[in-house]
Amino acid sequence: MDGFAKSIGGGGPNVPAGSHPAGGSQAAAGGGATQRTQYPYVTGTSVIALKYKDGVIMACDTGASYGSTLRYKSVERIKAVGKHSIIGASGEYSDFQEILRYLDELTLSDHMWDDGNSLGPKEIHNYLTRVMYNRRNKFDPLWNSLVIGGVKKGPKGDEKYLGMVNMIGTHFEENHVATGFGNHLAIPILRAEWHEDMTFEEAVKLVEKCLLVLLYRDRSSINKFQIAKITTEGSTIYPPYSLKTYWGFTHFENPAQGAVGSW
Amino acid sequence: MARFDPYENNGGTCVAVAGADYCVVAADTRLSVGYSILSRDHSKIAQLADKCVLASSGFQGDIKALQKALAAKELIYEHNNNKKMSCPAMAQLLSNTLYYKRFFPYYTFNVLAGLDTQGKGCVFTYDAVGSYERTGYSAQGTGSALMMPVLDNQLKSLVLSYCQLRTFNTKLLLVQDAVTPLSESDAVDLVKDVFASATERDIYTGDRLEIVVINSSGTHRECIELRKD
Repeated sequence: MDGFAKSIGGGGPNVPAGSHPAGGSQAAAGGGATQRTQYPYVTGTSVIALKYKDGVIMACDTGASYGSTLRYKSVERIKAVGKHSIIGASGEYSDFQEILRYLDELTLSDHMWDDGNSLGPKEIHNYLTRVMYNRRNKFDPLWNSLVIGGVKKGPKGDEKYLGMVNMIGTHFEENHVATGFGNHLAIPILRAEWHEDMTFEEAVKLVEKCLLVLLYRDRSSINKFQIAKITTEGSTIYPPYSLKTYWGFTHFENPAQGAVGSW
Repeated sequence: MARFDPYENNGGTCVAVAGADYCVVAADTRLSVGYSILSRDHSKIAQLADKCVLASSGFQGDIKALQKALAAKELIYEHNNNKKMSCPAMAQLLSNTLYYKRFFPYYTFNVLAGLDTQGKGCVFTYDAVGSYERTGYSAQGTGSALMMPVLDNQLKSLVLSYCQLRTFNTKLLLVQDAVTPLSESDAVDLVKDVFASATERDIYTGDRLEIVVINSSGTHRECIELRKD
């Protein structure tokens, strides 16, 4: 669903002329009835995350596309939630902003209990799964794939947690996750090279390797990334930076060589 | 225009075999979407009561919602009746819960298994909208069509002849005798074999097999590796 916007040509999402909401909503007769989400408009691309020795590291680019136009270039798609978690989102950016509003309410009322307890990543993941699933049941989904990571003290000491939930409510927990194109391009790298208890430097190197592949091969990614980490000390979202790319392949030099012909 | 589809099939297969005083339930642990694998370590088995286990394959969002809904109803039953739900009672509850959503179904293919009130193994097999049947064995999910013929070959005539001995030559499979005379370890071996076969040809089945055995002494869980390709 995240790569869906790529199929749209022209300057933005190509809503067909005279279109009416298909199937799910009942706006056809009489009009004026509730509209439901049909397609995403402003979308973020992949988010990747993995567990390492001290916690969880998460990374994504800072771009948001409007169909095939790169509309926004400095968008933060990873945010801190409470004291113990960070959340990253791909898909519709306005739906991510809505989710952050829900999480604000949730963390605020949790704080107001003032009982010394605070919501951990597992609880946030469970809450968001229920929210996504319930919106899917109403045929009005929040068009996102969310990655939730965090560390919280549990019965067995500091427990690292990393999970994902998509727009219809499919959710799972893993040592490394990726959304959208990351599933196809980054996960194979993570599966080959991830191991338990990586240091922060090793984890960043592995993440950068994946981000570079995504930059080369994902049409909607841009060369401006943000890395975030969450440890028992709290969350840190690093300032954006770029990766060095290499385009000096022989086949890119002099591309017209050998192109003989009149057309 | 790509329309929003509220369903996806996350794949996987579930199997259960009922014995005279035990029940074997097994499911693979692969979670897929399309041609990608999301997780190699995702359990499809939920323990609903101490002698009752549900294995489900299909759309994982609906599976988890269904398992939560049943667990909640089981807890209310316990509070109201001061006892845990029996497997046959849970079987009826599952059927009703599924049919309740007849016009926007839980996309789940379930096998409910455990020990009945007499301590005999029982297996209940379902479709997505709640029609169910008590059988001696069943497979549901993406690999079920590969497994059922093998299970029929290995278990059906045994069950039938067990019946014939007990019920004066009738070839009818009686509900209360829907159990195999196989030993517990033979049943577990059969389940392992049948998963190994399905893993070869079904792309959605593989990674790891989770086997739960329920008998009078409780629930025992074991995991074995399957092919990861």
